[in-house]
Amino acid sequence: MDLYEYQAKELFAAHDVPTILGEVVTDAAAAKAAAERVGAPVVVKAQVKAGGRGKAGGVKFAPTADDAGEKAGEILGLNIKDHIVGKVLVVEAADIESEYYVSFLLDRTNRCFLAMASVEGGMEIEEVAETKPEALAKVLIDPLVGVDLDKAKEIVLEAKFPAELVDKVADVLVKLWETFVSEDATLVEVNPLVLDPSGKILALDGKVSLDENADFRHPEHAALVDDSATDPLEVKAKEKGLNYVKLSGEVGIIGNGAGLVMSTLDVVAYAGEEFGGVKPANFLDIGGGASAQVMADGLEIILGDPEVKSVFVNVFGGITSCDAVANGIVQALEMLSADGTVITKPLVCRLDGNNADEGRRILDEAEHDVIELVDTMDDAARRVAELAAAAS
Amino acid sequence: MAIFLNENSRVLVQGMTGSEGMKHTNRMIASGTNIVAGVNPRKAGESVEVQGQSIPVYGTVVEAMEATGADVSVVFVPPAFTKAAVVEAIEASIPLCVVITEGVPVHDTAYFYALAAQSTTTRIIGPNCPGLISPEKSNAGIIPATIAKAGRIGLVSKSGTLTYQMMYELRDIGFSTAVGIGGDPIIGTTHIDCLQAFEDDPETDAIVMIGEIGGDAEERAAAYIKEHITKPVVGYVAGFTAPEGKTMGHAGAIVSGSSGTAAAKQEALEAVGVKVGKTPSETARLMREVIEAL
Repeated sequence: MDLYEYQAKELFAAHDVPTILGEVVTDAAAAKAAAERVGAPVVVKAQVKAGGRGKAGGVKFAPTADDAGEKAGEILGLNIKDHIVGKVLVVEAADIESEYYVSFLLDRTNRCFLAMASVEGGMEIEEVAETKPEALAKVLIDPLVGVDLDKAKEIVLEAKFPAELVDKVADVLVKLWETFVSEDATLVEVNPLVLDPSGKILALDGKVSLDENADFRHPEHAALVDDSATDPLEVKAKEKGLNYVKLSGEVGIIGNGAGLVMSTLDVVAYAGEEFGGVKPANFLDIGGGASAQVMADGLEIILGDPEVKSVFVNVFGGITSCDAVANGIVQALEMLSADGTVITKPLVCRLDGNNADEGRRILDEAEHDVIELVDTMDDAARRVAELAAAAS
Repeated sequence: MAIFLNENSRVLVQGMTGSEGMKHTNRMIASGTNIVAGVNPRKAGESVEVQGQSIPVYGTVVEAMEATGADVSVVFVPPAFTKAAVVEAIEASIPLCVVITEGVPVHDTAYFYALAAQSTTTRIIGPNCPGLISPEKSNAGIIPATIAKAGRIGLVSKSGTLTYQMMYELRDIGFSTAVGIGGDPIIGTTHIDCLQAFEDDPETDAIVMIGEIGGDAEERAAAYIKEHITKPVVGYVAGFTAPEGKTMGHAGAIVSGSSGTAAAKQEALEAVGVKVGKTPSETARLMREVIEAL
């Protein structure tokens, strides 16, 4: 889960990483009032989970509180990389002597953690990595050892920070590492980390990603979830414990296993090229044990997507045998009908693997109007794309 | 021969007495796996009847290994306890630890992977994986044993159901070993580890490698194939239509910016002569051609 800047900075503050918090508001009048409390001049910053806010006009300096209200009015509602700005952070404008960059992240390639630091802060770090790779220090962190003051100094020296700042920046790095570990983050990034004229080091911006697998030991992270910008179907699916991602397309997809569902999306997209470019409408993995209830929940979400014209149920019977899946499909349709859902969209089903013949027999005998059985994944993809194109 | 797991493997199950552990212990025994022990500190000294066999339960992995000569552990314990269970297995120096558990925090995996790498005695497979099967010899995990017979193809895959699908498509040719390495951001055994093991295995003639979006494991595997693998490799990559920034089921399956895309992975594999199928069935067809040409 990615956090907003203001949430990231609240976590920083909780771990004694020096920062300026400011206030989060959702309209211009509140921005003006916040600026009065915070004390102008201020900076008004769009809160979106996307990079490049400055370039997109999402970060503006306001010398007075009145101006802060105006600037907030301009920023709220902006579209920044497909994210609509619904909140702005009003924060005291800091005097900046120098801007730096520091981060800790998961290093998948080396299967450990990585510290990155640079004295070239303020610009996008990808740009630094490309144009001036020698200015970006990368230090591997052993998960068994972590980052103590000595390791932090090694990182700071590697990045060639001015000698007089080494101790101060290393101290901030240790606290940032504590944030990274104790919050189960996969990324903590500060860009810029600044030096102000009084000699203080401050995290002026923050980016944090949290590992949702660790939610069980962080009940407090639930309060950081903000679904206001999430697709309503994704929110509903999450409530039902389904692994669902909304895409833009006409063919609803249900399958078991993340890899098989990803593969199904691809095969449908290829088939769709033959039929006017129809595309998969979603990713939905119902997992290994596809009970009737899970199948019904999944179908309900997919049929509730007005873009969907046809549905592909693609199941490989492994642990769960195909007869159980077939019964699940039949019962799911009954449950949905009983709830008053009228199902008219065609359901192309492909069952393979464990007890596939019995599964197909069950679907055949159900004689349900919308169910169409196809033997192979490739043929089923073609058929479901054809049906979607015909209904579009 | 097979890789990592064979008819001589002696398997213990951590978390055997839980519902998932019990269900799959049953299935593993039914498919001929030599299950010698369970581990559960709260049930030490008891034994569990499974399929007419009495499986003793020990309090620790060390005790179970000493008493039974177990050399493989399969871990079914819930995510909150997985780190402790795997650390215990590593400290007991068990040669192979297969972590089936889904939803393990990545900080925990990073820790136990680093510990295993430092110890050099334990290979970890997973977490969040279906395990591995050497058909007709042994089955450590949850891969259905009836899909395919023993044969001469080696399979390595990030995805469980795509493993099953591919085994099913090539069931008549059969497999030496099929390894589901899991789709988490950090995993104990990589495509590269399996490629090298298959290269060294005289019972494997050709390798099918299944990847998916996220990370750069497939690109690194491609570079490795170029330098070290002489046996034919056929590949498949899932996730061409995945949008940027969305996690597709597996914690590690995410395209970040321009990195981790399926197209880049396919390109890297094809550049080193690996034939890459557009769909699972085309991949199976390519493998069939490879086997027929041998």
